Amino acid sequence: MFIIGELINGMYNNIGKAIKEHDKAVIQKCAQDQINAGADCLDVNCGPASKQPVSDLPWLVEVIQEVTDKPLSLDSSKPQVIEAGLKVAKNKVVINSVTADPEKLAVLVPLAKKYNTKLIGLTISAKGIPQNKDQRLELAATIVAHCADAGFPVEDLYLDPIVLPVNVAQAQMKDILESIHEFKIISDPSPKTIVGLSNVSQGTKARNLVNRIFLTMAIAQGLDAAILDPLDNDLMDALITSELILNKNIYCDSFLSAYRKK
Amino acid sequence: MAAELMRETWSGEVSVVTIGAAKSEGGTRSAMVKIGGQKTLPFLFAEGAIPHKPVIALEIWDIAPLDWPEESTKPYGQSIKDPLAWAQMCVKEFKAQLLCVRLQGAHPDFGNKSAQQEAEFIKALLKKVDVPLIIKGCGDDEKDNQVLAVCAEAAKGERCLIGSAVQDNYKTLVAAVLADGHNIIAESPIDINIAKQLNILISDMGLPLERIVIDPTIGALGYGLEYAYSIMERARLAALSGDKTVASPFICFIGQEAWRAKEAKVGSADQGIMWEVVTACALIQAGGDILVMRHPKAVEKVNKYIEELFIPR
Repeated sequence: MFIIGELINGMYNNIGKAIKEHDKAVIQKCAQDQINAGADCLDVNCGPASKQPVSDLPWLVEVIQEVTDKPLSLDSSKPQVIEAGLKVAKNKVVINSVTADPEKLAVLVPLAKKYNTKLIGLTISAKGIPQNKDQRLELAATIVAHCADAGFPVEDLYLDPIVLPVNVAQAQMKDILESIHEFKIISDPSPKTIVGLSNVSQGTKARNLVNRIFLTMAIAQGLDAAILDPLDNDLMDALITSELILNKNIYCDSFLSAYRKK
Repeated sequence: MAAELMRETWSGEVSVVTIGAAKSEGGTRSAMVKIGGQKTLPFLFAEGAIPHKPVIALEIWDIAPLDWPEESTKPYGQSIKDPLAWAQMCVKEFKAQLLCVRLQGAHPDFGNKSAQQEAEFIKALLKKVDVPLIIKGCGDDEKDNQVLAVCAEAAKGERCLIGSAVQDNYKTLVAAVLADGHNIIAESPIDINIAKQLNILISDMGLPLERIVIDPTIGALGYGLEYAYSIMERARLAALSGDKTVASPFICFIGQEAWRAKEAKVGSADQGIMWEVVTACALIQAGGDILVMRHPKAVEKVNKYIEELFIPR
């Protein structure tokens, strides 16, 4: 499982304040804590409050690169913000994200190719959020076809079925989970799959429990990557155990700490 | 259209373990032996680097072995009764790069030598021969804990490979190996889960994974060889996929297993030698890095086989 730590996001008060005041220490500690907890990659998002994301995102990238060479997931809906981050990125990059809209694909896929990055593709378009599995698959196919035509390696594409809060879209949960499996059979080589996990529990009273059960079920569908809170220890234990049950790692009595040693 | 071969790319690699310390590093060995470092499955040269060849260690004991079949002791003549002469013969006459000395004489049933006597023996052995050493206990946990700790100290700085740590008895040996700068053999009973667990327990005590060699426990041809093979293969696949906790090189005690087979003791004089050769060659294909062997003729044949495998094609 490719684990992307979600905590460097300006929407969290401590990070928003640190971005505003250019407080390196807060950002770097947050980066290191997530890596120590098992993150393979760090999401970097200035958050909605940032007035100058075009300079805030590169600042975050440079500050994080001082303490780690782990990949960074540059998170913005604005291509120019992502490119500003790419220009200063020395670490490997995941572009987070492109949608199925032609004008977004036309800009971000070439950018991903040029900078040799991985790319997250959201199965969403200007028409709105998909309402069922078929719509998700159609949007996924649009993204995969565009990547294949543009010469972007499909195995570097991470498709996100758009996880909705369980208390808002309970009827869609089954479709979302099944989409993860079906995305894999769109093409050969397969695209990879990813979820932004925390959204599933928005507004619920048992967020951690909902997160970890959804993740377990998604892993059973063949999920390749997740954007999540790696400091949630129970969540990480559930992730490790799910992969163990799928024979991704060799069992030993200390399998939880063994995974973290990797 | 010509068929294209599928090539695997791996993210992990086997750790490199160095045995023996030269003068420049505080030891007295004439050469070092490096094992491991593979970035692909055995001999798939086109897929990834295989920087170090499998290496054979000749096995000697600190006492004249009582239970070795006659054919396996014959090449050593009277020297087999004098461990130091035996060791020298292995190095001078049979060109051993590595010696594995088993301190069987410390066993309560085999003479019960004291830790001090064994330490003196190790010191004398280090003076007599200048190849790197593997030091193996007698198999009695309690006695090994006494003897190996003192022997590790006697060989301080020589970067030996010392064993064996097992799941129920590893702490004393790990502490000794840590203190005196050696490597350790982690032995598991043909069980991948225990092999992994033991590596974690050892590294939790502060000994880096890069100083561990796994003894997966092997069986000779006809005596469970394929079980050992599949365990080694599974560990290697996991290691190459990035699991550092099983990414240790393997040591295989070929001689002791092959010469236990009843087929090695009957038939023509060469049958035992061939049993040792075939067992060794199969386990080289499984990823064996150190092969501990007994008969010089078998060693010669297996060395030739290794050379042939490494001829660029």
